[in-house]
Amino acid sequence: MTPPRDVAVVAYARTDHQGPAEGLSEAEALLPVLHDALAQAGLAPGEADFTCSGSSDYLAGRPFSFTLTLDAVGAWPPIAESHVEMDGAWALYEAWVKILTGRADTALVYAHGKPSAGDPRDVLTRTLDPYYVAPLWPEPASLAALQARALADAGHTGEPPGPTPGPPAVTDGAAAVVLAAGDAARRMCARPAWIRGADHRVEPHALGLRDLTDSPSTRLAAERAGAFRAPVDTAELHAPFAAQEAVLRRALRLDDTVTVNPSGDAAADPLMVTGLIRLGEAAARIHRGASDRALAHATSGPCLQHNLVAVLEGDA
Amino acid sequence: MPENLTAPLVVEFPFTRSLGPVQSAFLTGLRERVVLGVRTRDGRVLVPPVEYDPVTADEIRDLVEVATTGTVTTWAWNPSPRPRQPLPRPFAWVLVRLDGADTALLHALDAPGADAVRTGMRVRIRWAARREGAITDIACFEAHDGPAGHRAAPHDGRFPDPVTSLTAPARLEYTYTPGRAQSRYLDGLARREILGERCPSCHKVYVPPRGACPTCGVATTEPAAPGPRGTVTTFCVVNIKAKGLDIDVPYVYAHIALDGADLALHARIGGIPYDRVRMGMRVEPVWTGDGRHPDHYRPTGEPDADYESYRRLL
Amino acid sequence: MSREPVAVVGIGQTHHAAARRDVSIAGLVREAALRALEDAALTWADIEAVVIGKAPDFFEGVMTPELYLAEALGAAGKPLTRVHTAGSVGGSTALVAADLVAARVHRTVLTVAFEKQSESNAMWGLSLPVPFQQPLLAGAGGFFAPHVRAYIRRTGAPSSTGTLVAYKDRRNALKNPYAHLHEHGITLEKVRSSPMLWDPVRYSETCPSSDGACAMVLTDRTGAARAPAPPAWLHGGAMRSEPTLFAGKDFVSPRAGRDCAADVYRQAGITDPRREIDAVEMYVPFSWYEPMWLENLGFAAEGDGWKLTEAGVTELDGALPVNPSGGVLSTNPIGASGMLRFAEAALQVRGRAGEHQVPDARRALGHAYGGGAQFFSMWLVAGSPPVT
Repeated sequence: MTPPRDVAVVAYARTDHQGPAEGLSEAEALLPVLHDALAQAGLAPGEADFTCSGSSDYLAGRPFSFTLTLDAVGAWPPIAESHVEMDGAWALYEAWVKILTGRADTALVYAHGKPSAGDPRDVLTRTLDPYYVAPLWPEPASLAALQARALADAGHTGEPPGPTPGPPAVTDGAAAVVLAAGDAARRMCARPAWIRGADHRVEPHALGLRDLTDSPSTRLAAERAGAFRAPVDTAELHAPFAAQEAVLRRALRLDDTVTVNPSGDAAADPLMVTGLIRLGEAAARIHRGASDRALAHATSGPCLQHNLVAVLEGDA
Repeated sequence: MPENLTAPLVVEFPFTRSLGPVQSAFLTGLRERVVLGVRTRDGRVLVPPVEYDPVTADEIRDLVEVATTGTVTTWAWNPSPRPRQPLPRPFAWVLVRLDGADTALLHALDAPGADAVRTGMRVRIRWAARREGAITDIACFEAHDGPAGHRAAPHDGRFPDPVTSLTAPARLEYTYTPGRAQSRYLDGLARREILGERCPSCHKVYVPPRGACPTCGVATTEPAAPGPRGTVTTFCVVNIKAKGLDIDVPYVYAHIALDGADLALHARIGGIPYDRVRMGMRVEPVWTGDGRHPDHYRPTGEPDADYESYRRLL
Repeated sequence: MSREPVAVVGIGQTHHAAARRDVSIAGLVREAALRALEDAALTWADIEAVVIGKAPDFFEGVMTPELYLAEALGAAGKPLTRVHTAGSVGGSTALVAADLVAARVHRTVLTVAFEKQSESNAMWGLSLPVPFQQPLLAGAGGFFAPHVRAYIRRTGAPSSTGTLVAYKDRRNALKNPYAHLHEHGITLEKVRSSPMLWDPVRYSETCPSSDGACAMVLTDRTGAARAPAPPAWLHGGAMRSEPTLFAGKDFVSPRAGRDCAADVYRQAGITDPRREIDAVEMYVPFSWYEPMWLENLGFAAEGDGWKLTEAGVTELDGALPVNPSGGVLSTNPIGASGMLRFAEAALQVRGRAGEHQVPDARRALGHAYGGGAQFFSMWLVAGSPPVT
């Protein structure tokens, strides 16, 4: 589809440390990130027309954990607000749709994750089929290694994978993005990163039902987002494990002319925030004039089950 | 500044899972050393059986029996098994397409080392000695050099004494971090001091402090010392014993606005019969033993506060 | 810019119960989704996107369960979104789905909400222990009861109001075949003499813990024109949030609720909700919340909500029937409860509410709330399309 309204990412901020957020509550860690993004857009707390966030109770070890971070938002007078129990990339998608309806012109999107609170190797097994798979407690790195082996067997990667990679570094953090429509976007940002298209698609859950060497959901989302209408110069990919980047590159038809993940390795980013960071980094590159047309990708679920693709452009 | 606190937090529950007809048949089958799959309308056999066709979303109930032998379609060596995984020693995670099936099942393969595992190798199920109707009734797979098993054969899915639910215990260990503001507050409580924080923007005093003013969205750092006395703004009489709480019912659970605080905190009222507690009653904290939090609040004996004086805190 | 009008053409819900031991989590969700598809005379292939909501994942012990549910929801190859806004989530989920149609991103969307509370224990899921904090001293009702006392103090309401609400909702539930509680032989005397759990809240004035799901098919004008039965049209929808606890918080009549209702009425052109709205499905987990929300939603002046209840206005045959379905007091699968309110409101204006139909209901309000009375979502639906 072609969006009925011009909507852009006009501001982006993230925590920049690696590792656990020592001692801070999630609201305390989030606060400076929100202020940074809002200040870039010239908005006061609570001023955006719509607010949407992404996070996970299971990661935090607390039910309703997102209610605590609302303290950092300044939700008074009351705000139009929503929350997805997903990576913040999907919160951005919801906010984008909200602006497309015309019920909002600006939106604050944020995500926070504190995986160091628990052990992601255990916690993430709880996302698997609760009857057939979760009782075996297979950690995400092992499932990704099954995928890497399938890729090597199919000849899609040069050499066979070594032993199961260790768990990704556990980093806590938060990110925030401001979206704005049309003239508001132009006022807030010298070079807005216009969202030319965004789409997401899911695949069946069971690994045994999927071709692990391919990511048809990524390809379909990219098609629907208009990614193949013109070449991109930059791609920010959310590949929690190295071999998955190969799957994504093929599905997205990225060749050597495309700069992939100039912001760094997505595997080092905080869980539930990584996808939003990919979108934010792609936008920031356009803001800086380092990219004219960028693709951003986010994923969720074991072995790239669910994928989101957005295409961002700067004005010439 | 006190150090920021942390504490272990265990989230543990034995979840009860009702299975529905297809999963019930599959898991009961495992108990009986029979592996069932489902056949889709286009003839594919899915093992383990799903309740709904992944392509068409149709409900599928056409059960078939497949072999207990199969072929590894992909694998990953797991050099350091974590607790609760199928084997206590290094093993391979495998996807196995059982003979007669078109899809693969995830489980563990017992093998002496990664060198002994390859895609395409033939394996068979090693059954657990004790089986109860769970995926863990398959202890693991093991190498097998016998002939291929039979093709899928129709099965009515009926077994005596079918398993209709399973218990899925799950224990996750977390480290809880209350944060800077809460740590300071808790540190004060340990000294029997009640410490709040004032918002630099709206100047409201928060106790317990939360590190951010929720209405202004700014950090609160300026200390404030409300209380220790306060006013009961509202309350309820609890007549039902809460699990794990060693308090005799009935008792009063109250909202208390400490003097100088701009919102109420919650606590139990003691030192007065439950049916004599009133809105507007003046109270003060009582610590007992080495408890960090006040055990309860008791009447100070002052005259009750005027309704108008706490109405905005209600 | 113009928005696409949104129509509700399919509605389904499960038979709700304390424990639906006959189905898996997927089976529960499917039961509602299939009924919604059948109602709309559509198949899985007609659905372009799925939006699913539920309350905390700890209730079932499955993190991000939409991933495991992808096959059951016919979502393979489609967008699948998971919403979580605490108790209001069922309503918010429907609104997120409605936006997809209104923005013309998709033409036909399935929205589903569920909770299978019997997989764990609702009280456990709601109140996991938190280190350094005192355990929740008062249980579930203890959170709400002090606010009820505050309401009574403010308004001078008689103690009978709460029992009247419970008596009404439980009788209404007898006319709703899907409701969890069917208390045949219920009498006002039985409600009045039920144990006082959290004074001033009695046992009969509290909601049950249920397994259940609800689903709706939302579509555009073209989809509505093809629908076999009259659709419900969305005339206004909004969400509002405020912090959990803050200086100046009004737990009795939260401003987020007032603002949310005002936004919905403005969108729908409603200036006198009491006269212009024919039925209300509001989220009443404890009976006293009916008079409280009547004021918060603008159906009664401040302090007068209880008078409507006492006068029988909110009865099924009253001038403003509230919770004809029996409401949350009779059925409470937490994550689905908000969507059930939205769906029941839509059933009313479609004339398809069966025995609990309000005669000639043209406009109905669906209301959901959650968290510390801080998250609100509402929609106003009507039997005729909005003027565009």
